[in-house]
Amino acid sequence: MEKEQFYYDNKIVKMFLIATIVWGVVGMLVGLLVAFLFIFPNYMEGISWLSFGRLRPLHTNAVIFAFVGNSIFMGIYYSMQRLLKARMFSDVLSKIHFWGWQLIIVAAAITLPLGLTSSKEYAELEWPIDIAITLIWVVMGINMIGTILKRRQRHIYVAIWFYLATLVTVAILHIFNNLELPVSAFKSYSIYAGVQDAMVQWWYGHNAVAFFLTTPVLGLMYYFVPKVANRPVYSYRLSIVHFWSLIFLYIWAGPHHLLYTALPEWAQNLGTVFSVMLIFPSWGGMINGLLTLRGAWDKVRENPILKFFVVAITGYGMSTFEGPMLSFKSLNAIGHYTDWIIAHVHIGALAWNGFMAAGIVYWLASKLWKTELFSKKLANTHFWLGTLGILFYAIPLYVAGFTQASMWKQFNPDGTLETVTQIMPMYMMRAFGGTLYLTGFILLAYNVYKTAKAGSTVTDELVEAAPLKQISPSRAPNEKWHSWLERRTVLFTILTTVAVLIGGAVEIIPLLTVPSNIPVISSVKPYTPLELEGRDIYIREGCNNCHSQMIRPFRSEVERYGEYSKAGEFVYDHPFLWGSRRTGPDVHRIGGKYNDNWHFNHMYDPRLTSPGSIMPSYPWLLTNDLDISDTEAKMNAMVTLGVPYTQFEIDKALFLLRNQAEEIEKNLRQDPEFVKNYGESNMQNKEIVALIAYLQRLGTDIKKGETAQN
Amino acid sequence: MLRFIKHHFDSIDNVEIYPIISLLLFFAVFITMLFYVSKIPKKNLEEISNLPLEGEENNNDYE
Repeated sequence: MEKEQFYYDNKIVKMFLIATIVWGVVGMLVGLLVAFLFIFPNYMEGISWLSFGRLRPLHTNAVIFAFVGNSIFMGIYYSMQRLLKARMFSDVLSKIHFWGWQLIIVAAAITLPLGLTSSKEYAELEWPIDIAITLIWVVMGINMIGTILKRRQRHIYVAIWFYLATLVTVAILHIFNNLELPVSAFKSYSIYAGVQDAMVQWWYGHNAVAFFLTTPVLGLMYYFVPKVANRPVYSYRLSIVHFWSLIFLYIWAGPHHLLYTALPEWAQNLGTVFSVMLIFPSWGGMINGLLTLRGAWDKVRENPILKFFVVAITGYGMSTFEGPMLSFKSLNAIGHYTDWIIAHVHIGALAWNGFMAAGIVYWLASKLWKTELFSKKLANTHFWLGTLGILFYAIPLYVAGFTQASMWKQFNPDGTLETVTQIMPMYMMRAFGGTLYLTGFILLAYNVYKTAKAGSTVTDELVEAAPLKQISPSRAPNEKWHSWLERRTVLFTILTTVAVLIGGAVEIIPLLTVPSNIPVISSVKPYTPLELEGRDIYIREGCNNCHSQMIRPFRSEVERYGEYSKAGEFVYDHPFLWGSRRTGPDVHRIGGKYNDNWHFNHMYDPRLTSPGSIMPSYPWLLTNDLDISDTEAKMNAMVTLGVPYTQFEIDKALFLLRNQAEEIEKNLRQDPEFVKNYGESNMQNKEIVALIAYLQRLGTDIKKGETAQN
Repeated sequence: MLRFIKHHFDSIDNVEIYPIISLLLFFAVFITMLFYVSKIPKKNLEEISNLPLEGEENNNDYE
């Protein structure tokens, strides 16, 4: 058959490559800023948009969606064209995808420091950006499917299945977790409440790791590792088993993020069982990747790219071993809320994602600019700095995690604060590790820059291949079922979707449907207007990044924080604010524990009330006027979501709000120090009052009658 | 929003059968998949697994 000539689009790959490097530096730099905040909590004092609660989501979003995201697209756009022997479906769509994604990142980098957040981890962006993400994702999807349809290669290589699974699953996760009711241009409430919201969030959160940070990168592994090692994948059979079992199992495992919480027992157990099973496909994939290098281990010594890949795949193996282990309730009881989890995710991010990206960037740089890499030695230096960086990052945090967990378990008057001072040296080592890793990455940036300068500016690559012969869409007589399925892209995609939907549906639908899963507590009432505004400030400042609102049913926690949390207490929490990390203590029963003045002073400077605390200070809460322009709209939105505010309460919202605020100011004025310093200011109109109202309400619904005590 | 659809399944008897069905479905699909995978002829597998290596003569700058 006559061969056709066409060009691969290399320009788009180059663009994503440059974006990967730029956002990589930015994301890691923000990470480093955040790491230093643990050691020097004062160094950005008074700058609201640089406080920890706002920067931490910026770091996670920048690394996940900007750095890893762009690196995935870089690899997908390069490998898809070659595996399918076709140029991308549409140059225009490729460009829209690229620039759209970068704009979304910029929007995130502006809104998150401003405190515009929905508070749900890795889905913090507010609703207009969520919609933009959906649109750009669809553009990418059309471009990918279009390319598959015009391919010149009958069979679709396993890498592309992983890309397709990513495409459909991320779309489903993103849409369902971000169903929210807008109140204003940059404020919305999750349509789910409490336990349901937690379940949907961690179904999303877990699978964002699975389908954004894992499956696409596995696809890249299945393409680039054979490519660089110059030998086919160890077992193609294993890769098929790997694919189907991984996407089938992953989606069930979300509840392991909520063990010992108020989530119903059956859902927790389901999460544990599937998380443990998940080790099999994960390790199958790791073994398949590593054994691809069989008989080529000598090359690993010579080739820095293969070194990056080997450490990356080993890191994947480590974190996918750790994941199932942390899903056992006994280990989870230790690891959850501690720095162990931070170490765990950074093995994934720094080793698996960061090193896969680095290896691919080095390899592509010499391919795309058609020249040798500027310096192999520099790449080797990067490798060693990065590897040391990972060790210096993770090991101290493992120690910190165990230290903190065992201190929490002791029955002595030490608070969470003592545990933090104890692990301070670990935080210093972590920051050092991060610095090493970032230094290595900057070497990569320099190396690629020099390579590009020396290389050719020709972007597109001329190739030829025979067009695909038309054959019947039905199965040929001798054709095996799976190979037929592989060429039926759309059907394949639908089956993948069904596979992931089953797990999600089984976990979530019963929670939404069977009321007995969430026992109703009659004393639990909706927040007052002022508390609702205070809660939004809590969300804006990202308090949930360091404080949980979920006391687990352990004797040590009940002693330390109060009665354990019940599912029925969160029925009006749109969104839930359980948190996932305790850098500070749990605050679910903080209400009534201290007086209003304590909170006032603590927010102004945490070290006044708690010497040695590393919490940021929030002086702007004392000077910012409370914005009450949306209070009624917020309450109306809550009513739409099922919160039983009466019409009277909504009509009188501002009156009720002012009354409660005056009451708090009256309390504050009982302290002569307050009168001396703030006697002239109208504190009842400031944000601090709303936040105090919310904090004093927390967890009090079911402990009425008890005396407040320290 | 959600309250409109939240209670649609309440009236179904034995609603807990659905997870069991899904689980069985999962195992059925999984076993079938294993069976088919074991049946794919070696020649086809080799052909497909060589796809990434086609196209360029020199795949490795460091050889």
